[in-house]
Amino acid sequence: MSAQDKRDTTELVQSSLQRRYAREKRFRFFGLAAITASLTFLAVLLITITLRGLPAFKQTFIQLDITLDAKTLGTDENPDTDALRKANYNGTIKNSLLALFPDVKKRADKKRLYKLVSNGAQYDLQRKVMADPSLIGETFTIWLPVGDDTNGYIQGNIDTTLPEKKRRFKDNQVQWVETLKENNQIERRFNYTFFERGDSREPEMAGIKGSLFGSMLTLTVTLLLSFPVAVATAIYLEEFAPKNRWTDIIEVNINNLAAVPSIVFGLLGLAIFINFFNLPRSAPIVGGLVLSLMTLPTIIISARAALKSVPPSIRDAALGVGASKLQVVFHHVLPLAMPGILTGTIIGMAQALGETAPLLMIGMVAFIVDVPTSLTDPATVLPVQIYQWADLPEKGFVEKTSAAIMVLLAFLIMMNAVAVYLRRKFERKW
Amino acid sequence: MLLLVVFVLTACAYVFGRTRAATLRKNGESLHSLPRYYGYLTAIYTAVPALFILAFWSAAEPTYLKHSTTNTLPAEIRALPEGELNLVINDIKNIATGGITQNTDDAVRESSAQHYADRKNTSQLLKSIFVVLASLLGALYGLSKISVHTRARIFVERTIMTVLIACSCIAIFTTVGIVLSVLFESLRFFNKVPFTEFAFGLHWSPQTSIRADQVGSSGSFGAVPIFAGTLLISAIAMLVAVPFGLMSAIYLAEYASSNVRAWAKPLLEILAGIPTVVYGFFAALTIAPMLRNVGESVGLSVASESALAAGLVMGIMIIPFVSSLSDDVITAVPQAMRDGSLGLGATKSETIKRVVIPAALPGIVGAILLAVSRAIGETMIVVMAAGLTANLTINPLEAVTTVTVQIVTLLTGDQAFDSPKTLAAFALGLMLFITTLILNVIALRVVRKYREQYE
Repeated sequence: MSAQDKRDTTELVQSSLQRRYAREKRFRFFGLAAITASLTFLAVLLITITLRGLPAFKQTFIQLDITLDAKTLGTDENPDTDALRKANYNGTIKNSLLALFPDVKKRADKKRLYKLVSNGAQYDLQRKVMADPSLIGETFTIWLPVGDDTNGYIQGNIDTTLPEKKRRFKDNQVQWVETLKENNQIERRFNYTFFERGDSREPEMAGIKGSLFGSMLTLTVTLLLSFPVAVATAIYLEEFAPKNRWTDIIEVNINNLAAVPSIVFGLLGLAIFINFFNLPRSAPIVGGLVLSLMTLPTIIISARAALKSVPPSIRDAALGVGASKLQVVFHHVLPLAMPGILTGTIIGMAQALGETAPLLMIGMVAFIVDVPTSLTDPATVLPVQIYQWADLPEKGFVEKTSAAIMVLLAFLIMMNAVAVYLRRKFERKW
Repeated sequence: MLLLVVFVLTACAYVFGRTRAATLRKNGESLHSLPRYYGYLTAIYTAVPALFILAFWSAAEPTYLKHSTTNTLPAEIRALPEGELNLVINDIKNIATGGITQNTDDAVRESSAQHYADRKNTSQLLKSIFVVLASLLGALYGLSKISVHTRARIFVERTIMTVLIACSCIAIFTTVGIVLSVLFESLRFFNKVPFTEFAFGLHWSPQTSIRADQVGSSGSFGAVPIFAGTLLISAIAMLVAVPFGLMSAIYLAEYASSNVRAWAKPLLEILAGIPTVVYGFFAALTIAPMLRNVGESVGLSVASESALAAGLVMGIMIIPFVSSLSDDVITAVPQAMRDGSLGLGATKSETIKRVVIPAALPGIVGAILLAVSRAIGETMIVVMAAGLTANLTINPLEAVTTVTVQIVTLLTGDQAFDSPKTLAAFALGLMLFITTLILNVIALRVVRKYREQYE
């Protein structure tokens, strides 16, 4: 190579260097941008939901003086329990509202006035009276939950500058609420209802207790079924299985099952557990069965990894002092692998907790008010509850949905935190 | 309750067995195994036969009761079609258990209910007797086996081994169960609707009317628009997920300091851990209206359930799948290859583009295939944010529907199980299963082969 050529090459490289460095910088920037964008989205998602959901943890109450006269209730002086249950509590609430604002005369206005108080408030009153029937004939003060629109107004969700026709919350309602506010008859408190009640068609009366219990029952079944089976499978495949066609098939199978769409497991549950074995629809036991089939591969894969990480020297030592092969595994290898297996199990459970689609297939979408108490009761789970509420048009349900999501995410974060803690605490370098 | 009794008996059997073996040992007999293995042996003999009887009895009981009750009904009720007969039987069961029914004053049903209750009581009684007897006999047999000649540990270990093997076969049974359940229902569907119509028909409206003489009573099951919709949404999702996921993976694997990596990787994986119903809610409530407003401001009409909103959010959900798998394969590329390229004077980005990525390509392709299968099978986001009507279009601003959405809508209503409508859901499920299975098999094979190459 001549000196001339050499200089040319150097020049060529020199002249292109700037361009290449710029390209390098750009490439690096794209990488950083991709990560930042993804994380920004995560932040936006979490912040939006928190902002929407926070108001739902507070509920507005209105203070009313209730007079329980037997005439309005439609009962006699000493009614029995049945009559008490059927009594017209709505009427007494309406009366006390009218007593507060005696100048409301028109039918339409009255209707609007009644809407200040939640439709479900009568049940609060009913419960109070049924617990203490001596209240009948008395006048007392009680705090009752307000209606959805009123709640929205108090939270500032309703733009009062809009023309009256375009909003659901009318001018006179605004006026009444303002008057009540001045008299300190409106208060915002922590929303216990949200944690103490089942589902309801009224957003202000709807709670997540039913779905939380449903989730718990379902997950219990899932855990009880999938954990032992998964650990047994992992032990067999990792410690005992001969390398042959059959075990190969099992392995490929497990890897594939881990990637089968969850909705297909729902179809399996519907066709086999419900139509073939005639198990009840919407029941936590079916949900648990389906979810445990779904989480099995996840737990198996992590359990195998945990078993694999136990060094062979431990096995050799135990065999050397005369333990049988099963004793080696159950007395030495399994305890050492347990933290890893538990971590995998928790992660699998977290997945199962957030799963919705297969449960829709087996009918856990019914509108269920009661809190489930057994494995065969109709129930729903938290993610399905979120799905159901997300579909409802009432403004109040948007808040409730977001709040339910916050509760779900809180559980997931807790479970993952425990998993991370376990891993950190028991991680051993061999 | 009965289960509890069996458990208590088993526990007792274990204690008895162990003590007996221990006494034998003290008396100078040289037993083969430790006393506790004789305890386990007795426990196994106590529990296993009893539990088998319990399981079989419980499984057979409802069928027997139904059959026996049906026989007490008058002939005209027995002649009713299957569905109505089941309703009657349900009524009877409700009466027998004291539940609420609509027609409680029906004499026939009352007497049948009496019969049902009687038979049920007898059956329960017999079941309890047999189960307890079986476990007692088992316990006695187990105790009698405790001697010098029994190798208890071998027996116990063999039993455990059988259990382990049985458990690992459950995965196979699950797959077989999926295939059979989906396949059978699909075959029934294809009996009613020809396969060619399903696979090539351009019109999908599964609504069948109740009376046969109404217009469109048969419904039409051309699934092409659904497949097209699924592909459209998945394509949008991949357009988001592949560049973002890949670039994130490259940055994390090649540029990021270990500190950044330790933080950014788990944070990215949170995206994969958020339940899909949350994404669905977010897509329907925040992204879709936002897209519509943006569309309006530039003069485009965007459907409120546009494919774009669902696809975008799904893409974001899939980013961590692409990134963490690609990250693994990129870090698996041997350092020597990078050093060689850098030594020749290439910049880092040139090394990545010309050396690392080509070397990691099979693995990356595998990761993308897995992500595609995830996108096709994703349900909640599309159920909440995509449309319901089948619409053959490639315009991402319009509403389209997907396979999973159709499965959910077809199966969540109250429908007779063998109507073509519900069966169609299983046919779609079959298609979904086959597609994702093929994608997964290819992807897993590619990834595995590639890993072996550098190990």
